[in-house]
Amino acid sequence: MKRISQPHLILPDLPRRRFIQGLAAGGVLLGLSPWVGATAARAASATAIGSAKVLTGTEFDLTIAETPVNFTGTPRMATTINGSLPGPTLRFKEGDTVTLRVHNRLAEETSIHWHGILLPFQMDGVPGISFKGIAPGETFTYRFKVQQTGTYWYHSHSGMQEQTGVYGSIIIDPAGGDPIRAEREYVVQLSDWTDEDPMRVFHKLKMQGDYYNFNQPTAVDFFRDVSSDGLKSALAKRKMWNEMRMSPTDLADISGYTYTYLMNGTTPAGNWTGLFRPGEKLRLRFINSGAMSFFDVRIPGLKMTVVQADGQDVEPVTVDEIRIAVAETYDVIVTPGDTAYTIFAQSMDRSGFARGTLAPRAGMSAAVPALDKPEPLTMGDMMGDMGGMSSMSGMDHGGMSGMNHGDMAGMDHSGMSGMDHGNMAGMHGGMAMGGGVKPVRHAKTEYGPSTDMRVDTPRTNLDDPGIGLRNNGRRVLTYADLHTLNGPIDPRGAEREIELHLTGNMERYTWSLDGLEFGKSTPVRFNYGERLRVILVNDTMMTHPMHMHGMWQELESPDGRFQVRKHTIGVQPAQRVSFLVTADTLGRWAWHCHLFLHMHAGMFREVVVV
Amino acid sequence: MPSKRVSLVTAAMLLIGLPPVWAQDPAAPTTATGEMEAMPGMDHSQMNHDAMPGMEQSKDADVAAGKTGDMGAMNHDAGTMEHGDMSMQGGAAPADARDPHAYAGGEDFGPIPRPRMGDEEKFGMLMIDRLEAVRSDGNTSTAYDLQAWYGRDYDRAVLKAEGDIDAGQFQDAHTDLLWGHALATYWDTQLGMRYDSGAGPDRSWLAFGIQGLAPYWFEVDATAYVGESGRTAVQLEAEYELLLTQKLILQPRVEANVYGKRDAERETGSGLSDMSAGLRLRYEIRRELAPYVGIEWAGKYGATADYARTAGEDTKEARVVAGLRVWY
Repeated sequence: MKRISQPHLILPDLPRRRFIQGLAAGGVLLGLSPWVGATAARAASATAIGSAKVLTGTEFDLTIAETPVNFTGTPRMATTINGSLPGPTLRFKEGDTVTLRVHNRLAEETSIHWHGILLPFQMDGVPGISFKGIAPGETFTYRFKVQQTGTYWYHSHSGMQEQTGVYGSIIIDPAGGDPIRAEREYVVQLSDWTDEDPMRVFHKLKMQGDYYNFNQPTAVDFFRDVSSDGLKSALAKRKMWNEMRMSPTDLADISGYTYTYLMNGTTPAGNWTGLFRPGEKLRLRFINSGAMSFFDVRIPGLKMTVVQADGQDVEPVTVDEIRIAVAETYDVIVTPGDTAYTIFAQSMDRSGFARGTLAPRAGMSAAVPALDKPEPLTMGDMMGDMGGMSSMSGMDHGGMSGMNHGDMAGMDHSGMSGMDHGNMAGMHGGMAMGGGVKPVRHAKTEYGPSTDMRVDTPRTNLDDPGIGLRNNGRRVLTYADLHTLNGPIDPRGAEREIELHLTGNMERYTWSLDGLEFGKSTPVRFNYGERLRVILVNDTMMTHPMHMHGMWQELESPDGRFQVRKHTIGVQPAQRVSFLVTADTLGRWAWHCHLFLHMHAGMFREVVVV
Repeated sequence: MPSKRVSLVTAAMLLIGLPPVWAQDPAAPTTATGEMEAMPGMDHSQMNHDAMPGMEQSKDADVAAGKTGDMGAMNHDAGTMEHGDMSMQGGAAPADARDPHAYAGGEDFGPIPRPRMGDEEKFGMLMIDRLEAVRSDGNTSTAYDLQAWYGRDYDRAVLKAEGDIDAGQFQDAHTDLLWGHALATYWDTQLGMRYDSGAGPDRSWLAFGIQGLAPYWFEVDATAYVGESGRTAVQLEAEYELLLTQKLILQPRVEANVYGKRDAERETGSGLSDMSAGLRLRYEIRRELAPYVGIEWAGKYGATADYARTAGEDTKEARVVAGLRVWY
């Protein structure tokens, strides 16, 4: 149970944290069978350049087994695919029919889910929904026709294996040549690793929901606020949080206290490196395969042009920084000069980071930025649109998200003096909300112990980069920037609507939809062939990456126009989003929050298309 | 006496056995109220109210008359979250609230046994909140206060044990075995039994309590007891955690015991019997392991104080404590 004592993993920790890890070892490990690979991995760990092996063709053999790893100085067992972490990159071609034989050499059930891939439901890989799972010693053969292109990933949907290493990337090349031109490309797969047993982590959160949060408001902070803003303001700032028993620093359930953040299976000290020739156009395929971590990714010195989101080509948009929700993918084009650059991916709660390097020559590295200061959640993150503020003239309510509401606690106007008007100037104009406040309908099961808050006036704007990224001086990607090329897959409007609320209780560490955990739920029925609108209202203070299996989620702008096609939509605190789905694939599908422990806690539904 | 004790046990069992009927369906307050009617000392109309539900004295429940009434002071939570028309926590669902099962359209889970998530798993915890050496007036004794639970998110078995050991003898030991049921966002009801041992004859009680988190993060535990021979009691505990840093935590704690009837054999009078207020400063080496030091003021009141004076003991004392808070 040795844990990392420093919540901030920075380079000075290097001597204490050896980085003998599966994949810094590069290809040496990969050609070998998993149970002999580990020794070779250690022997080869001197090199810091490594990416997962790429498998191509139409026939694939994937073996899930335990493999020893060492990310922190403490040897641990990971669950791996073909002995590597991440598992191999699978490179499919659009139009091919692929056969994937998954062999289970674990002592427990396993499964592989092809995240974002359209396929018959029996091939989707969710035990208990699409199939029975793969028992120890057994092989399951997946076979499906590849009908799409882009960057995706795959992972286990069994037990805790998603946290312990069973994930890899998928690249699907278009049948007729890729419209996105690049001279070179790399998969940049981000993830999080803990030396603890993930089940124990879950158990600890059940006992103490803020176990891993070491950024809680303290008495020192209070007296600092008193001296700078006065007692009244300091009290007002805390009033509502204290009354509701919610923490403004609840940004991530699991922090760098136990997590080591990985880039392509490599620790920050290991420094995964991608080489390039200066002047080349480089395509980076970012994938967030973290179990519980949102990453804010940037490459200081380089602009990133986003060309694809969740495998779907989008109108190119150039940004400095991308918040990548768990399970999302973003493809970006960068054009580096003759120098080294750091790919910096800090966790949303700023307790740690994954890091790698783009360099023209091996061995080069660039400065690693300091972690940003964690920013507390605002009243807007709790209350959404805050209609109660309408008495304040001259304020752009749509833009509230950009303001520092921390000082406006409890809607107590006496506390307003502390409001940070300076930030308002920094709000970009595009924040004005399109659709106005939409009515919400809470489920009758949201009034009990499973639910710690309900938002009556959620905000609907998509141009909020989210907590910690607002007005940080960098151009940060938001969903409002994403426009899928060639419009929606289905021109029809919605025939009906489904509204589901994202709910939880941080104190009890329960997570649910409509206040009902999966065990108390009934399936959601979609009628085969129908086009329907799904409305998600986030009645919590965390961002939830909602993933629907088998069908695209076509996100709408607040005024109802098609925005972007995604397999995973990050729904921000107190936000309402809506998307259209075409129920064109019969069968049973999982639909859940992709924060691994939220899913495991029951923030999960089955969708039946009949 | 023994037969009476048996009947109490049976009654407790019945109480523990009954509630799953309403436990399964939080959306059916009518059922809940109906099932709970047998429990004295609780105002069931309050049950679905946001917080601090329960413990209000019911007018037909004379058993706890004048005792549970003390808990009225704890009703400070009601309506806290009302901001105009908006209630962001708890409350009762409006009549037109959405049916979360409406989207099923008659569909159920398929032929493959559906996945089982953490909400259907059982967890357990042992929290030794205080295990301390108590120094007062040149005497050192030991005190303990622990709570263990096992079960699911919203229904669990709860064991509470609290007591003092002096010169190798249990002086006053209270052990509760309860069924804890989540009632509101931050509140659990607890029903079961308490068994008192130590100096004097043993006593057993039926227990009805609530435990949870009041606004401003006060951890509150309030339990009303009904014992043999018409004995009644109320125990109140409240704790707060003041973070000086992320790991250095100051914990104020108060506890009070009130009895409805004099119990000469255990040297307790009626009314407020004893009260203590302490401040403990702990350092969390890990979340689960925190040594602490503290001071505590304790007082005996009313007839309990008279008993103490007769026995030549002080009725008020200051104590220095040092101990360990540990959980798993």
